[in-house]
Amino acid sequence: MSDSILETPLITGNRTPGDVTRDVCIPLEGRPGRSWYVGFLIAFSVLAVGGAAVIYQVATGIGTWGLNRTVGWGFDITNFVFWVGIGHAGTLISAVLLLFRQKWRTSINRSAEAMTIFAVMCAGLFPLIHMGRPWLAYWVFPYPNLRGPLWVNFRSALLWDVFAIGTYFTISLTFWYIGMIPDLATVRDRAKGLRKRIFSILSLGWRGTARAWSRYETACVLLAALATPLVVSVHSVVSADFATAVIPGWHATLFPPYFVIGAVFSGFAMVLTLMIVARKTMHFENYITMKHIHAMCKVMVFTGSIVALAYTTEAFTAWYSGSEYEQFVFLNRMFGPMAWSYWVMVSCNVIAPQLLWFKKIRNSLGAIFVLSLVVNVGMWFERFVIITSSLERDFLPSSWSGYFPTLIEFGSLIFGFGLFFTLFLLFCRALPMIAMFEVKSILPERKSAQSAAQRGEAA
Amino acid sequence: MSYRACIGFFDETHRLLEAVRDCREKGVPILDVVSPFPVHGLDEAMGIRPSRLPWVTLIGGAVGLTLGLCFEYWSTAVSFPIDVGGKPWDSFPAFVPVAFELTVLFAGLSTAFALFLRCKLWPGRPAVKGMELTTDDCHALILEQRDARFLDEELAELLRSHGAREVRQEPGGVR
Repeated sequence: MSDSILETPLITGNRTPGDVTRDVCIPLEGRPGRSWYVGFLIAFSVLAVGGAAVIYQVATGIGTWGLNRTVGWGFDITNFVFWVGIGHAGTLISAVLLLFRQKWRTSINRSAEAMTIFAVMCAGLFPLIHMGRPWLAYWVFPYPNLRGPLWVNFRSALLWDVFAIGTYFTISLTFWYIGMIPDLATVRDRAKGLRKRIFSILSLGWRGTARAWSRYETACVLLAALATPLVVSVHSVVSADFATAVIPGWHATLFPPYFVIGAVFSGFAMVLTLMIVARKTMHFENYITMKHIHAMCKVMVFTGSIVALAYTTEAFTAWYSGSEYEQFVFLNRMFGPMAWSYWVMVSCNVIAPQLLWFKKIRNSLGAIFVLSLVVNVGMWFERFVIITSSLERDFLPSSWSGYFPTLIEFGSLIFGFGLFFTLFLLFCRALPMIAMFEVKSILPERKSAQSAAQRGEAA
Repeated sequence: MSYRACIGFFDETHRLLEAVRDCREKGVPILDVVSPFPVHGLDEAMGIRPSRLPWVTLIGGAVGLTLGLCFEYWSTAVSFPIDVGGKPWDSFPAFVPVAFELTVLFAGLSTAFALFLRCKLWPGRPAVKGMELTTDDCHALILEQRDARFLDEELAELLRSHGAREVRQEPGGVR
């Protein structure tokens, strides 16, 4: 319990509920600082350059990419899997940690859930542009049509994806919005003029009566209980895109848990990247404390070790299967023309996170920040390795071909990052980044009484 | 029904809970408690029954599951059967992922809409004037003054004795 004198409290600086409101609302009510403008300018420029590349590709065709007769999936699907994975930590923090009653989640759940929504938006765009003719994207939905009606193929993992990602986005958005209503009401009650009218509409007239809170908490637990199996299903379904195919290197029963844990790993790395910057630039040091950062580091080293186990299991199974095609794909992955990407993946995902066992590293924000970036690079490469190294040398040696991404593909890669960071930076200014009501409910009461008394004396 | 309200503002949750329990013991009608965050133990103190939202979730999920499975079977095996790799028309294991996603989708959305409906939340619903602090840092215990047994001053004194930092009389009620 945070009341104990032996343990450092979750929220430091003796904050009272009133302080929480003020601290969290400062970025919303004031003018953004220079660091925000610089960050936004960079993110928006990246989005503009990437967006131009994507528009050029859509207008010209996917011939502008380096895909060939053998490698049919490249950067596009790598980015898709990467961004879906990033989203998973947000749901884990907001839903799974809610069910486990982990109080430390309250400071980071709002922004982690926002990260989920923006990441899933990025993820959803990549299959869309990969279609080549995105204006026909509605064909993926089963709707009555004049071609029979010809329905979608419910036996295809690619269609399961449509439903999995669609549901994941909808439920995450619902959960995020419902989780924000009481805080939107707080902002509404502090605001004036147009802002008040906007937040009045957004907060749906929330009043915070006892019965409303009772129902509200029930609804949050229910949504968390729904989101938890959902998040596991989403990356399992994404992994089924590969595992249900007969390509050596893809056709493995290990894939669903391997993908889910990798997703949590990369997602926590992204949360750390964002939180380390946010706490510094937005002065949330009292809310996102070293205790929170340590907790996330521990989750990262744990999931990173499971990822390492998955790599080992995958390689062992390839050898133990006795299938020479399976064995060849793994040898090719480790020592073939793209071997460098495999070893980048191993160094970033297996070796680098082991540094987090050391307390000295866990206490250094700079080191954690660098490690979180390294892990995200590694996790991007994991998807790249899985996709391209399994495809580049197929069953027919005469059609073997390497994969070289074009500039347009690099454009689509940065497009995702530009969109993600632009949206996240806008979120930081427009909506309360920390769940105020949840933080208020975990503040130790005795301290708030003391400072209230002090305030009384001072007045 | 016209009524008058007596509102006590509290800083601390344990004081609020004591006041609620005391009012219930003395038979003072509590109109509502308004808080900036959920207060644990308030449900029991006020005698609020557990929410029935889980039933909505269950029914929503069941509808989603049934619709999902029926539609997948009908479209794949009845309406336009297509041979996909020689698989049977009614390949139910392959229908599981989509049926599961639809279960979660229907369950989640019906829970959200049921919450909005039961809490009367809609865009444009006005906020209560004069209660701004209850979304910031203080809790309000609203007592109803329709009973001649309780005089204005008695109620105010009762609230103050439990540590209310401010007591306000609202002749027109709060809603």
